[in-house]
Amino acid sequence: MEIVLQNLTKKFPGRGRKNHQEVIAVSDFSFKIPDGMLIGLLGPSGCGKSTTLNLISGLQKPTSGKIFFGADDVTDLQPENRGIGLVFQNYALYPHLTVRQNILFPLENLKGKDKLSKQVMMEKAQEAAKLVQIEELMDRKPGELSGGQQQRVAIARALVKMPRVLLLDEPLSNLDARLRLQTREEIRRIQRETGITTIFVTHDQEEAMSISDMIVVMNAGVVQQIGKPQEVYDNPENLFVAKFLGTPPINVFEGRIEGHKLYIGADAVLDIFAPGKSGEASETDVAPDKRKGPGNGEVYVGVRPEGFSLEETGPLCCVFGGVEVMGRDITVISAHSACQSPKIRAIISADYRKGIERLYSADGFADKSHIRFSLLPEKVFLFDKMTGKRIAFAASMEKGKGN
Amino acid sequence: MGGKKSGHGGAKAWLYLLPALLFLGAFMVYPLFDVFVYSFEEGYHSASQTYFGIGAYNYSYVLHDTYFLQAVKNTLILVVITVPLSTGIALLISVGLSSITPLRNLFQTIYFLPYVTNTLAVGLVFMVLFKKTAYSDGLINLILTWFGGTAVDFIDGPYWAKMFVLCFYTIWVVMPFKILILTSALASVNQQYYNAARVDGTSRFRTFTRITLPMISPMIFYLIITGFIGAFKAYSDVVALFGTNLNAAGMNTIVGYVYDMLYGDSGGYPSYASAAAIILFFIVLTITCVNLIFSKKNIHYT
Repeated sequence: MEIVLQNLTKKFPGRGRKNHQEVIAVSDFSFKIPDGMLIGLLGPSGCGKSTTLNLISGLQKPTSGKIFFGADDVTDLQPENRGIGLVFQNYALYPHLTVRQNILFPLENLKGKDKLSKQVMMEKAQEAAKLVQIEELMDRKPGELSGGQQQRVAIARALVKMPRVLLLDEPLSNLDARLRLQTREEIRRIQRETGITTIFVTHDQEEAMSISDMIVVMNAGVVQQIGKPQEVYDNPENLFVAKFLGTPPINVFEGRIEGHKLYIGADAVLDIFAPGKSGEASETDVAPDKRKGPGNGEVYVGVRPEGFSLEETGPLCCVFGGVEVMGRDITVISAHSACQSPKIRAIISADYRKGIERLYSADGFADKSHIRFSLLPEKVFLFDKMTGKRIAFAASMEKGKGN
Repeated sequence: MGGKKSGHGGAKAWLYLLPALLFLGAFMVYPLFDVFVYSFEEGYHSASQTYFGIGAYNYSYVLHDTYFLQAVKNTLILVVITVPLSTGIALLISVGLSSITPLRNLFQTIYFLPYVTNTLAVGLVFMVLFKKTAYSDGLINLILTWFGGTAVDFIDGPYWAKMFVLCFYTIWVVMPFKILILTSALASVNQQYYNAARVDGTSRFRTFTRITLPMISPMIFYLIITGFIGAFKAYSDVVALFGTNLNAAGMNTIVGYVYDMLYGDSGGYPSYASAAAIILFFIVLTITCVNLIFSKKNIHYT
């Protein structure tokens, strides 16, 4: 079922004397969700993602805007008439009913011509249980199940009526790390098997990136970016998206562009050109407000942790802080006065292990308290200081100035 | 370390417990035990502190005393009528209260007022409502006659009228506490269950019977148990309504009978009083046990 959100806005009126200001939870959200997709609604807590989900489910009414399921306008329909399955963050399994009774509950509500015989209901419940692999738990109470099993029961209960749309509110937040990995695969599998358009809400970017067909990044009620997970990661449209996606997070420096060179502190780290004209010099300084490519001025420089490469003669000189070995990768921790956070995290793949070893060896860097990096241009993003919008650029690596 | 010192620590613990244990022993355990002993001492005389022998005569006397049988009958009627009715009405009012938003606090306060009002003051109000005096027939009778009924003397009149007043009064008095407990129980049911039920298209009635009721069943059960015990202990309310000569009014309760046997005009018989008290104890014990057995099947603790 294709879902269309049209200029969806939800405002909560201010309450009381202290916070009389109206809260805009969702602002002008337009999005067309293709049929059969798994969509991750992603954002920090309080960004309006759960409200969006509640609007789609019908538990809350939008202030303005419309919601379509396929060709049907469901904006004014009650939740029970929308044909949705909803899995709550705390699962909301009825604790006094057994797993079977919980799964049967939505079916028993059917009235009139939709009413099912006991036999059919049992079959449907069994089918749903089989899909989420909890058939052997049917006679237990929710309290006797583990978190992961409860989650499955909740999904089975949401699926048993064969909804047109499946909505999951923070489906993995109550599970431990190992179970989370397993369950998210499970959600992916169930979604593929049923082909039901599924929207899930999460604040965990890894979760969203790993299983979604598309992610929607939200902040403060406003959609920041929509796209395939890898595209959004590789091409963040603004500083917020860049900061929000990726673990460890992107390193943000205060930088400036001067004469086609990108400076971080006193270090010229990259040669900068207007986009599409890689290698050529761009037209000289355009007024900052009119420039399309990067002109001179202050910018934020975001560098992904994997965008650093360790080189003895690299242009970016940082204060060496230590090394974290995380199994496959090595994280080099360092500091730079222009960096917004006190620690710069650079992930160095196994190829560079030698380099790290040299750090410790006697013939390594002359000055052991400092470390030098060169930056990979495709992992470096420039952002406007005022708006946080991405500034497109092309670059070539600044060759080291020597030691 | 804990293991080594446990003997020592045990002695210390008892020392710390001693004040509480002393008072509990002196004012609870000993009197309970004493009542039990009294109830088997035949012909005990409180002035001389002597008795003839030991046996079950006190029980036999009490169980053959028409006043006691009347008291048991009154108490049972009171219990059977007021406990289910007050709990049911309190549930209805609580559900109503939790589904309205404007004026909820005002209504909650109004419903809670009887709880903080003095029993005797309430008794006086009921007098005004129900009692026939030289000047008026009471408010209720006034209304009754307006609608073409005949005035009934609720305080000194027929048995059913008196019982009606007593039950009405008891329900009115116990209601606030029940409403208080039930509204907070209703408020503590996680909204997510209702949302889940809504999404699944559950009718309001089914939501109430299949979700709300089981969720608050421990609280309802608590109210029923304490309701039973409270109703069996009824005494002061009856005095407030019908005065101290309850046997004459035919409105005595078991506790009233015990009191009369001790201090009333026909009093001075601690043995009979003790026997009656022990009988009351066993009635309450039986009912509570039945309740507990019933609850095992039907109450859902989460």
